[in-house]
This record gives sequence, structure tokens and C-alpha cells, in this order.
Amino acid sequence: MNTFVEALLEALRLILTLDPVVVEIALRSLQVTAIALVISAVLGVPTGAWLALTRFPGKRLFTAFIYTGMGMPPVVAGLAVYLLLSRTGPLGDLGWLFSLRAMVIAQVIIATPLVVGVSMSAVLAVDPSLGQQLRALGATVFQSRLAVLAEARVGVIVGLVAGFGSIISEVGAVMLVGGNIDGRTRVLTTAIVLETRKGNFDLAMALGIILLGLSFLANLVMALGQGRLSEPS
Amino acid sequence: MPTRNIRVWLIFILTLSLLACAAPATPPADQAAESDSDPQRLILATTTSTENSGLLAFILPVFEEQYNASVDVVAVGTGQALEIGEAGDADVLLVHDRSREDIFVEAGNAPARYDVMYNDFVIIGPAVDPAGIRGMEDAAAAFALIAEAGSPFVSRGDDSGTHSKELSIWAAAGIEPSGDWYQAAGQGMGAVITIADEQQGYTLSDRATFIARQAEGVSLEVLLEGDEALFNPYGVMPISAERHPDVNAELAMQFVEWLISVETQEMIASFEINGQKLFFPDSDAWNAAQ
Amino acid sequence: MSIPVTAPSPYVYQINAIQQIYQRRTVLDLDELQIRQGEIFALVGPSGAGKSTLLRILAFLERPASGQVHVQVDGTNWMQDEIPIAQRRKIAMVFQRPALLSRPVRVNVAYGLRLRGNYDGKVRVEEALERVSLTHLADALPRTLSGGEMQRVAVARTLVLEPQILILDEPTANLDPTNVRIIEELVQDQNQRFGTSIVLVTHNIFQARRLADRVALIIDGKLVEVAATEDFFENPKDPRTAAFVSGDLIY
Ligand SMILES: Nc1ncnc2c1ncn2[C@@H]1O[C@H](COP(=O)(O)OP(=O)(O)OP(=O)(O)O)[C@@H](O)[C@H]1O
Ligand SMILES: [Mg+2]
Repeated sequence: MNTFVEALLEALRLILTLDPVVVEIALRSLQVTAIALVISAVLGVPTGAWLALTRFPGKRLFTAFIYTGMGMPPVVAGLAVYLLLSRTGPLGDLGWLFSLRAMVIAQVIIATPLVVGVSMSAVLAVDPSLGQQLRALGATVFQSRLAVLAEARVGVIVGLVAGFGSIISEVGAVMLVGGNIDGRTRVLTTAIVLETRKGNFDLAMALGIILLGLSFLANLVMALGQGRLSEPS
Repeated sequence: MPTRNIRVWLIFILTLSLLACAAPATPPADQAAESDSDPQRLILATTTSTENSGLLAFILPVFEEQYNASVDVVAVGTGQALEIGEAGDADVLLVHDRSREDIFVEAGNAPARYDVMYNDFVIIGPAVDPAGIRGMEDAAAAFALIAEAGSPFVSRGDDSGTHSKELSIWAAAGIEPSGDWYQAAGQGMGAVITIADEQQGYTLSDRATFIARQAEGVSLEVLLEGDEALFNPYGVMPISAERHPDVNAELAMQFVEWLISVETQEMIASFEINGQKLFFPDSDAWNAAQ
Repeated sequence: MSIPVTAPSPYVYQINAIQQIYQRRTVLDLDELQIRQGEIFALVGPSGAGKSTLLRILAFLERPASGQVHVQVDGTNWMQDEIPIAQRRKIAMVFQRPALLSRPVRVNVAYGLRLRGNYDGKVRVEEALERVSLTHLADALPRTLSGGEMQRVAVARTLVLEPQILILDEPTANLDPTNVRIIEELVQDQNQRFGTSIVLVTHNIFQARRLADRVALIIDGKLVEVAATEDFFENPKDPRTAAFVSGDLIY
């Protein structure tokens, strides 16, 4: 039989029997990405809204930085985190290199510009007069901004899901800063690279299918939610 | 209904946060070292060959239990492993590039280097052997034939121990390899074997990885083996505590002593894949006991 | 009862020498203007005259480049910079082009009440919807509404707040005659029943005539004439007012 078909069958078997190694690695991937995404959202959504709603000197420059960050190769972010956290680097005393924390930091750096950029355009897409009209109904500036942000929720959530997809499938940076340590920092993508190199194509494929499945699930939730939030009920 | 829409997103976000919180968090290294019951963390930077072959998974649990330690294996190329050690980001190194290891010790990055074991490299290629090297005994001469024939040769090209071994053989043959036939893959050993297999080309591989890949159905064969030049010694080096006060020097030294002890060396000797021995013990203690 | 130091002034707004400048262009330049407590005050003028700009300043949504606006709310005079949020919330405005939350109509109408901490104003919301004949669309989303329906939602979300001052920027611009009458009656009712002061911009001079106690004409950001409705239409002092009223004003 063909290696591809064999690998696919083995992949299905590993998934259906909830192979403990596969489940552990998948859960760790989700854990790292979920933490990173929550942090990126906390940092990125308000920043994006702020960029969209206010004017300040240097805003264009700042926005250009954000867009550059959106296009930055993830492995460069990984390298920067590596050099920062290395014992010889400025944050070396933390002893965080080759840990989940280092991976979370790298993923936050990769995802945050994306979340900022998408949140900003989502807020910009809201009727610019809305905030003022809500203030005319008695909203404070803060309250009106909250409401405008709520109006941008579909776009913001699309941004978060896009961020999720980009960091859960990222391999270079997490390999570099996490070290792909068995049972500690090995996640789906780094395990796929390792198992492929070892020639364990079936296990690699199973992990790949799970990765695809998680991305698909995130996109499905997004697509359904988008429909629900924007269509009349 | 709007409330339902919001509920969908609340559930989505809650699920994410729950996943974030529920999954076990990694304790930071320094905390782990403080308490008696928590295992001490030892970071071992090593080459992909030791981990990918399964050797470390075979022997490390014994050390972890004896010393209440958790060994975090960072498996990379020898070049990167040496970099990690030089920066003090690992506690101990297990690598195979004798000349660079000596330089590493001389530079004061490690107090000493200890012999651990060796395996050997083999030159592998397609069964039809277009360059006609099968059965030769001189690796450099075989490389010269491959270059002359212009048969595809896949190089690691990744600054690994295997890569420097390959380069030393080219140097011995007096050839600076270049041209369409010579391909630097920049990948790990397993991947390079796959590439060579797809192209029906030659490559230099450590025996362990090749045996593992052969079991997976790679069609290449060992065409040359046994040359002294293909001897591949592994050395272990604890990182200098003088240079990097943060390293776990005590545990690193315990690891070194454990690794070169006769008991562990016997385990290394007993490690087999598909009935084939992959590593041959070579520590001073082992040799003295023979 | 003690006698207040300053008796309540007869004016809800006192405007002194305000100017508004957009991109180095002066779009509003008023020397003096008073709007009386409890009156319906109509502002008319050609497109781009600065009417909406003046309304935004009166609603304290933007600050004039120079000059001062005094407003009387809860029997006290306030300057723009000093008016507390509680008093500012006694002023409400309907915009020329309404922007609604993309939430059901009912939620839009309840928005202002919620801001004021009134979370169970259900009855008032229903009542407001009924007043603009939108009960059947209470659960509809704004994107499915016609322009006139949106305009009526915008009126309803303001009326429900029972403001002391109501500022309306062409509230009937997109409506058919029936709905125009409904809105006009609402405005009058609000004014008569609650004594709400109303400032209204309209392009429809007949509407100004029907509703207003006094009418002002603005052209190019400048006040041309302010007069009681009767005088404004029957005995305009300024030739430009006469031209505007007769529809001959070319701009
Ligand atoms: N944010 C702004 N930036 C620059 N110019 C503006 C801005 N808002 C309004 N203007 C200009 O100010 C002038 C007055 O505008 P305003 O909206 O007050 O006119 P209006 O009398 O309400 O007109 P209409 O009857 O057409 O609604 C116009 O020339 C307009 O182009
Ligand atoms: Mg206007």
C-alpha cells in the first residue's frame, strides 16, 4: 500500500483511539496558543481600537510599525525572544528559555500586531458618526467607545481567529525558543517536524490532521458566529 | 436573538480561557530547584541523532529516578548545541564533533570533555551504485569517485557534527564540492536520507539514523563502512559554572558521572533497533573494566 | 422658601460670539443668539450653512473654536466646560443621518435609558416605539430598516429619555407625509406637555412655520435674521430672508 494511504489510516487510528501521546501534544498546543491569544487580545484589541478612534502625533509611524509587525516572519520574532531570554541576554535571569512561557511570549509577539491591525480596521469600519450620536444620547466618551468596539465585534473576532490560526500552526519560533522538549515544550508543529525527520510519517500525519482539524474548527466557529452576528435573526 | 449571539461568543472565549487555565502550567526552572519533592531540572543540549534514535528515551528514565531529576532534552545540530552551551542556556552537552569540542573546552566553556560512546558513519547510496564505491575501504577515495561521476550527493549543510565530518572527508580527498550534483539540504539526517532516496543519490549518515530509516522503507544501502575516518565519537561536557553561575553544575556533573559509569555504559551497549547495535560504549571506566 | 440669588433666566441657550473653524475655514460665526426656555426654535438655511455644526455645539458634542455657550438645565446656568454629565444628559439630539447600533430596534431605543442606570424601562421603550408607530419592528435589526424607519428609531431613542432640551437635525427629511405628521405631533406634544425646549433644523419651511415659535436664518455660518415665526414669514426684515422664504434664494 501507498505510504500516504497508510499514514492516513494510521493517523485516523491514533486519533480515534485517543492516543495519549497525541492527545497530550495537542492539548499542549492548545494551551500555549490559548494563553498567547488571550494575552494578544488583551493587548491588541484595545490598542487597535485606540488607534482607530484617536489622533495623536506619530500615529502614522506607529501604524506603519504595526503593519510591518503583521508581515514579520515568525522565526524572526522567535530569534528575538531567544536572544532576550538566553542566559547571556537581558532577560536571562528569568530562566525562561526552553519553556512554555518562552513559546507564549513568541506567539504573543507574532499574534499581537495581527490582532491590533484587524481590530483597528474593524473599528474603522463602524459608522464614524455613531460614537458622537451615542454621546448625544448621554454616553460618556468611554461608554461611546465601548459601544463602537462592540459594533466592531465581528471583525475583532475574525482577527482573533486569524491570530489563533497563525500561531497554532507556527513552527520556527516555538521550535527555537521552546526547544521541542519531549513532555514539556513539544507541540503539534514541532512534533510534526521531528516525526517527519525521524521518518514516522504516520504519527506526523496524525498530528498534522489534528492541527488542520483545530484550525478548521476555529474557522468554522468564526464563520458560524460571523453569520449569526451579522445576519438578522 | 442578540443574547444568544453573545452567548455563543462567551462560550467560545470561556472555552479558550478554561483551556488556558486548566492545562498544567510549567513551573519556572528556579522554583523547581528549590523544593525537595519537585524534580530538579537539567537541560541537556544534544544532537538529533541521540534523541531520534531513541537512545535517550531508553537510558534517561534511570537517571531521572535515581537523582530525582527531570532531563529536558533540546535536540538540535551540534553547532547549535555548542552555541546553546556557550550562552549558558543548557547545563550539559552531549555532542559529536571532536575538534570543536576541544576548542569549546579550551575556550573555558566547559571544565572538561569526557568520552561517552561512539557510533560510526556510513556512506549510503543507491543499490546500482553509479559511482562504483561499493566495498571500498577509503572514504575519501570514495568521495572522489562520486565527485568524478557527478552522481547526486546530498549534504546536511546544517553545521551539524555529521556535516563537519563530511567536510573533513572532502578535505581529505582534496575536493571542494560544488556543482549541480552537490546539494546542501540544510535539514536533519532523517530528511536528508529521504531526499537522497528520492534522488537515488549518495550521502553520509550516522548508522543509527540510517537503520531507523531503512526500517521505514528507504531503499538506499550501505556502500562503504569501517574506515577509521568514519569513527564518530560522542563526548559529554558539563557547562562551566564559573562562566555561567546559573547553570545546575552539581546535577550536570552527576549526570556526566552517571553517563560514563559502567552500569550506564552497559545499557548503551544493550540498546538495539531491529536487532542492530547502534552505539558502542567508550568511556574510560568502561574501557578499564573490559 | 429661600429666594434664589439669580432668578432662572428666560433663556435656555445664550450664545456669545462663537466661531467654528474646520480645516482653517470658518463655517460658523455667530455674534449673539438666545433661545428661550420652552420654545420651539427653528433654524433654516441653505445646505452647508452651518446648521448641523451649530446643533452639535449646542449638544456639547464639540467645542467651538472660540466663544461661549451657556445652557440652562435644572434651573441653573452652565458653561460648556463645566456642565456635569447628569445635566448634559438632559440634552438629547437626533441627527440628520442617524447611526444606530447593529442591535435590534428595541435595544437601540433602550440604550440611553441604560446609560442612565434604568435597566427596566421596558414600558417606556414600548411606549416610545408606539409613539413612532414602530411596535411591529421592535425586534428588527437596523440594516433591514428603511431610511424613514431608521429616522423614527432615532426619534424614539431620544424621546424615551424625556430630555429638557431636544435638538433635532432634520428629523423628517426621509419621511412620507403621514410620518412627517406623526413626528411633528410628537414634537409639539413633547413641547406642550413637558415644556421641553426644542431646537429644530429643517429644510422644509412649511414645517418651520407649522411648528416653530421663532425662526432663524443662517447663511454661510452667519445669522441673517431671527424673528417670531409670523414676522419671519410675513414681514421679513432682511431681503435674503424674503428670498429664502419665497424659494428664490440662489446659493
Ligand atoms: N468634520 C468636518 N470637517 C471639515 N468640514 C466640515 C466638517 N463638518 C462640516 N464641515 C463643513 O462645514 C460646513 C457646514 O456644515 P454643516 O453640516 O453644519 O451644514 P448644514 O447647514 O447642516 O448643511 P445641510 O443642510 O446640508 O445639512 C460645510 O461646508 C461642511 O462641508
Ligand atoms: Mg446639516
